[in-house]
Amino acid sequence: MSTQSAWLTKSAAELAAALAAGEVTSVELTQAHLDRIAAVDGNAEAGVHAFLHVDTEGALAEAAASDARRAAGEPLSELDGVPVAVKDVLTTTGLPTTCGSKILEGWVPPYDATVVRKLKAAGLPILGKTNMDEFAMGSSTEHSAYGPTRNPWALDRIPGGSGGGSAAAVAAYEAPLALGTDTGGSIRQPGAVTGTVGVKPTYGALSRYGLVAMANSLDQVGPVTRTVLDAALLHELVGGHDPLDSTSIDAPVPALAAAAREGALGDLSGLKVGVIQELAGEGYQPGVLARFNEAVELLVGAGAEVVEVSCPSFVHALATYYLVMPCEASSNLAKFDAMRYGLRVLPEGVDAPSAEEVMRASRDAGFGDEVKRRIILGTYALSSGYYDAYYGQAQKVRTLISRDFEAAFASVDVLVSPTAPTTAFKLGEKLDDPLAMYLNDLATIPANLAGVPGMSLPAGLADEDGLPVGFQILAPATEDARLYRVGGALEALLEKKWGGPLLAQNPTLASLESAATEGAAR
Amino acid sequence: MSALPSFDEVLASYDPAMGLEVHVELNTNSKMFCGCPTAFGAEPNTQVCPTCLGLPGAMPVVNAKGVEAAIRIGLALNCEIAEWCRFARKNYFYPDMPKNFQTSQYDEPIAFEGYLDVDVDGDTFRVEIERAHMEEDTGKATHVGGATGRIQGADYSLIDYNRAGIPLIEIVTKPILGAGERAPEVAKAYVAALRELIVALGVSDARMDQGSIRADVNLSLAPKAPAGSTAGEVVLGTRSETKNVNSLRSVERAVRYEMQRHASVLDAGGKVLQETRHWHEDTGVTTSGREKSDAEDYRYFPEPDLVPVAPSREWVEELRGTLPELPWVRRARLQAEWGFSDLEMRDTVGAGAFDLVEQTIAEGSAPQAARKWWLTELARRANETGVDVAELGVSPAQVAAVQRLVEGGTINDKLARQVFDGLLAGEGTPEEIVAARGLEIVSDDGALSAAVDKAIAENPDIADKIRDGKVAAAGALIGAVMKEMRGQADAGRVRELVLEKLA
Ligand SMILES: [Zn+2]
Repeated sequence: MSTQSAWLTKSAAELAAALAAGEVTSVELTQAHLDRIAAVDGNAEAGVHAFLHVDTEGALAEAAASDARRAAGEPLSELDGVPVAVKDVLTTTGLPTTCGSKILEGWVPPYDATVVRKLKAAGLPILGKTNMDEFAMGSSTEHSAYGPTRNPWALDRIPGGSGGGSAAAVAAYEAPLALGTDTGGSIRQPGAVTGTVGVKPTYGALSRYGLVAMANSLDQVGPVTRTVLDAALLHELVGGHDPLDSTSIDAPVPALAAAAREGALGDLSGLKVGVIQELAGEGYQPGVLARFNEAVELLVGAGAEVVEVSCPSFVHALATYYLVMPCEASSNLAKFDAMRYGLRVLPEGVDAPSAEEVMRASRDAGFGDEVKRRIILGTYALSSGYYDAYYGQAQKVRTLISRDFEAAFASVDVLVSPTAPTTAFKLGEKLDDPLAMYLNDLATIPANLAGVPGMSLPAGLADEDGLPVGFQILAPATEDARLYRVGGALEALLEKKWGGPLLAQNPTLASLESAATEGAAR
Repeated sequence: MSALPSFDEVLASYDPAMGLEVHVELNTNSKMFCGCPTAFGAEPNTQVCPTCLGLPGAMPVVNAKGVEAAIRIGLALNCEIAEWCRFARKNYFYPDMPKNFQTSQYDEPIAFEGYLDVDVDGDTFRVEIERAHMEEDTGKATHVGGATGRIQGADYSLIDYNRAGIPLIEIVTKPILGAGERAPEVAKAYVAALRELIVALGVSDARMDQGSIRADVNLSLAPKAPAGSTAGEVVLGTRSETKNVNSLRSVERAVRYEMQRHASVLDAGGKVLQETRHWHEDTGVTTSGREKSDAEDYRYFPEPDLVPVAPSREWVEELRGTLPELPWVRRARLQAEWGFSDLEMRDTVGAGAFDLVEQTIAEGSAPQAARKWWLTELARRANETGVDVAELGVSPAQVAAVQRLVEGGTINDKLARQVFDGLLAGEGTPEEIVAARGLEIVSDDGALSAAVDKAIAENPDIADKIRDGKVAAAGALIGAVMKEMRGQADAGRVRELVLEKLA
């Protein structure tokens, strides 16, 4: 089958309809995507490099089983047979889970993350595991121990992070759907810079069981797709309470796909939209602001009332995040000690190394610099005598940020901002400047700190570089449906203006295949 | 090491301050944060799952039964129960810790500010409880090779994670001051009372020998306050923490030893190190473990993977309603009911026969008779065979039946002993044994009268004395009759007949 299969550019909803109508089989679809991966994904040196592990055999077997179910008239779900990619931070039985780290090289979990179990229970073939910054620490996927993922819009640019692999896979038509995780923007910012849709659901809306934690109080699993409706379908499929995660919300999953479809009708009359003053202006690329403002005008045109709102505590969000996250991460990553699984390195020049020496040598060899930086930060901030000044204070600011959201949502239904301050920057450009890298998450972090849901969807291309710009929508906790309604409306209005999806305008798409092949030949 | 000062010498110069930390392993069916079973003695690493092995991505979920047990323990210790509290991570690296942090509680314990009144030789000593909190046990490491059985110097170590995640309640006292010379006894009495309480609550196997109750003894000495000085601010000395003292007797011995050791250091002008020490049951001494320094920083912070525990007041009150009568309250009540003296009561408890006596009385026996059988006849036999009286093989119902036979005049006390022989030999019920062995007392006047006549005829001197009014001499004749009848005579009736015939 050709890697240019017409099915590749379809949305998951369209693929599901085609499967239901018998126009295509899951094996054909899955094979088409596997071929596409083989053609464009390349490796650490060239190509998109969205995948760390591809499960050809497993995906095709599941696809065949799906076709049998369809034939018997017993599909497990609407998306039964539609292939999906999974970020390598979610555990998968029988498939390696490395979290982009050397310390977990070769580790095959004995259990599935709850969201993965739900994918399997719904009959979605899993194509493979996608690349990420090591333990989800980064905004560019350059911190993957296995080499960076490249942006399908410009292969010399970053795909965002930490979930650059999932976003790039979807943007390069290597998968119609993917799961990501978002701790400070790791779904939304890659979505923004690759021209795709990414949603960070309400904290607790999806189970975190089997998500290898970076910062437990901020982490959330979410959908990475090309359309708002697809995100809603995937979100509904994997969402809901999990008895294995007591922080998951014990309530039925809201009707998200219905909200997306309603939104696509384009009528937003009665909706009140707040533009966050603190998240638009200084530090934002002019092209980003221009597309953002145009999108806001489209919302007004659809009947929404737009007002400016102020969230004064948001200026402290980044500092707060960089205390809470490393503190939790430093403790989470302590388990990687070479005693039970993962990399084990024996220290050189030591005859009979002690457990402590093996732990030290293994952690030194297994963790990358960014991970070590955050472990050190967190360990320091939690130390006795510093706890109150750092972690304790950060929790108080977190409360203030939540109050800002509450105050804002008292007068508006949703808040909006650009997702990221800039379009995709060049690989290596910010690698030596962690602070500049951290600034990328300025607009996405407040939602994680407060636990509210956020969506990023494409708003167009920046004039100065022709690269995608992301539009962020934020809603009150558990009101995820509002994201899909507003996002569905904006997507419809924008695509009408563009005459089709933004990804169709990607000038690099046509050359992805040759780039990967040439890279492999080098 | 130079000889330690005597205990009296220690007391002449110093006042001890103690703190006791007792870990109680709960007997819940599943672990604190996962569904794994908790049964003792399974094959190593067979009762484990991703959560208690700390595998990447696995998450904990609180065992409600563990919380319930913690609240009941807290209530029994007269504690306040938190309306809202959280678990916290205690971070440190050790191979028996799957996650390299222990899920525990830090500044928000489930129970706090309580007390336990313990009896020390008839005096009540109030031990104040600072807190009782929930946590998980670690795995169990066995260090193979090396001289000490510790990780340092071992050839290799084996770790069994079956124990990792088993629920523990840690009960911490406030500093116990003013116990003076009785400090070792107070420590022992406290742990004993706590253990009894735990047993009555039914929340733990409470086996110190299996480690389901483990005591850590903190001890420090302060220079003795001059006589007559007003009790000002208490300045505590540097403390040592002796870990895993695993019997009641060892608790007492460890306190005594540490008091003497501290005094010897202080007497020599030295400084007591703040350190962990290990207790050696065999030699009765403690040795230095790791020094507790600033490096021991556990970096506690609230566990973000668990929701706060917020027991409703209704639930707490419901659990208060399930508290059993406290063991010592129950004992005082029954002592009064039974009319036992303090000495009789202490002996009964000391012999491990309290429950047996209570059940025997419940089966209809008179209290004193029940006490008598268990503490004399049966205790002796248990002692001879080297078992606990409870494991002798005689049931309270059987003892009550024997006593009924005695009171009904079928047998007497002496014959009852043969019934117990029969019971231990498995010869059937007391009634069957009396019948089979022909033990029934003869109260038939014909047979008795002939035996009395014979005794009078054989002992004319004694008979004369009785005729002269020396009734006390009747005992000798009665004895002769009983001998003739092989003990199976109704002694009361024999006496009546003797006195009638010699009136
Ligand atoms: Zn377990």
